Amino acid sequence: MDLPANRMFRVKLASLVLMVFASWGLTSAADIRVADLPDDNGTALKLTWDLSNIDSTLTLFRSSLPETNWTPVGEFDEPRGSYVDRGLSRDSLYIYAFRLHSGLVLSEAAQPRASVLNRARVNQLLILAIFFALVLLYIKLASRGKHFFVRRIAGLRAIEEAIGRATEMGRPVLYVPGIDDLNNIQTIASMVILNDVARLAATYETPVIVPVCKPFVVPVAEEAVRQGYLNAGRPELYNPDNVRYLSDEQFAFTAGVNGIMLRERTAANIYMGSFFAESLILAETGFSAGAIQVAGTANIHQLPFFVAACDYTLIGEELYAASAYLSREPKLLGTLKASDVAKVIIIIILVAGFIAETLGWHTFADWFAAR
Amino acid sequence: MKNEVPVVVAFFTGMLMVVSLFIPHPVVSTPASVVRQWAIIITAFAYVLGVANIARISLHNVKRRQRDWQYKAALVFALATMATIGIALGIESGGVFDWIYLNMYVPMQATMFSLLAFYIASAAYRAFRARSPEATFLLVTAAIVMLGRVPIGEKIWSGFPGLTEWIMEVPNMAAKRGIMIGAALGAISTGLKMILGLERSYLGGD
Repeated sequence: MDLPANRMFRVKLASLVLMVFASWGLTSAADIRVADLPDDNGTALKLTWDLSNIDSTLTLFRSSLPETNWTPVGEFDEPRGSYVDRGLSRDSLYIYAFRLHSGLVLSEAAQPRASVLNRARVNQLLILAIFFALVLLYIKLASRGKHFFVRRIAGLRAIEEAIGRATEMGRPVLYVPGIDDLNNIQTIASMVILNDVARLAATYETPVIVPVCKPFVVPVAEEAVRQGYLNAGRPELYNPDNVRYLSDEQFAFTAGVNGIMLRERTAANIYMGSFFAESLILAETGFSAGAIQVAGTANIHQLPFFVAACDYTLIGEELYAASAYLSREPKLLGTLKASDVAKVIIIIILVAGFIAETLGWHTFADWFAAR
Repeated sequence: MKNEVPVVVAFFTGMLMVVSLFIPHPVVSTPASVVRQWAIIITAFAYVLGVANIARISLHNVKRRQRDWQYKAALVFALATMATIGIALGIESGGVFDWIYLNMYVPMQATMFSLLAFYIASAAYRAFRARSPEATFLLVTAAIVMLGRVPIGEKIWSGFPGLTEWIMEVPNMAAKRGIMIGAALGAISTGLKMILGLERSYLGGD
């Protein structure tokens, strides 16, 4: 927001007076440059200075205008440098000064301004817009009745097999939706799969136990399971005591889940969501208990553990594809197809980048750099 | 209405978060920041739901003397004790709550974590059994990486550390990046399905 004209006049007058006072024993104001930091929300200024003749520690002060009240901002050893001063007010005008033995070195006054667009992220915006357009295009094509082929995902097919086995053995199914909160997209994807797992289990009249690590996930998991039982036409089988909040702490939760596996002797263990160091502890306990196990996560470092200890593993994107794969809803299949097309585009870009870098043309790769 | 209102709320908040990534102006960043604060407050309230869930299930189990009810009784006792001490005496460093946490909970947590070493050994034994050409390939690669990461490997052959670095930085990194790109696209696609209301199963039914 710009300052009103009469206030601007007072500010300029105050700056002039300050400069005159400061110039009694000092160097020129041009030695410190202050400018608005681009691409931010208008709460930062960038300072650059060149005081090459000075070899002592420099103390930087800041004051808002028109009333001057100097506040130390930091100390710097280098006579040349730059500094980004954050946490400023958008409505204020600021002036900076270095205190030297000979006096003050003042900057010009500057006001932080909010940017309308973060230009550093234009590349990400463009890529996201292309992907959004692809998704919308394929959803429209699906709505018009176009058929999309989806490859077979063994891990998802195995879920039905696991629930069937638990039914034959007369034991419950364990569904662990990871240990992250609902703000992790993997947990949301896991809730969608849970809905389908509950539907299948209800069809077979097999109980599903869902231990939960974060309290915010509890109501969503309860709703997903209840809806699954409703979809199967068996709402009377739904037992709210089977969605159990255990603990927010990682290893307390792990101990609790291991206890459920060993005491309630679950025949099928399904791990879908975001897992960390507890992944192998859970999967190995399930293996030693003789359960059939299906896992899925996009946390790359946990994938080898699940692959080693589980019968089937959904790798990365397969976790997100589950809802479309299981429901066969045309619009959801459209989003899946859009992801495939995006992958083809990314492969083409990777090859083009490889060629460009080999030929020494770095602009192409630089444009894609995350900033 | 039960489904439509959450979908509309999800659309506006979702789009606000996406737009705030690209538009830093306060017109967008201020409401986005407010929504983030709301999320923190709502998450704090969710703990009430969590405690209610754990208390309901455990007390029900204890009251009916169901199987393994003693564990549930211990859980309720521990929950009540820690909550009472925390509320009555505070959770400051050096206090009773802190002492119980550091001297009881932390060692138990460390014990659980330390189990991982044994589980890694048993899982590695199964994974590395040379039953197929792929498993043999995995076994050989893992052996090289393990030898390249310990001092004795370099004593056996000075090329092990270099070969290990190459395996980790080239073929391993290429596979990891492939999975990461696929997972990122899947995550964006799932987010878009939520924002557009195409995916509603998480909302439950009417």
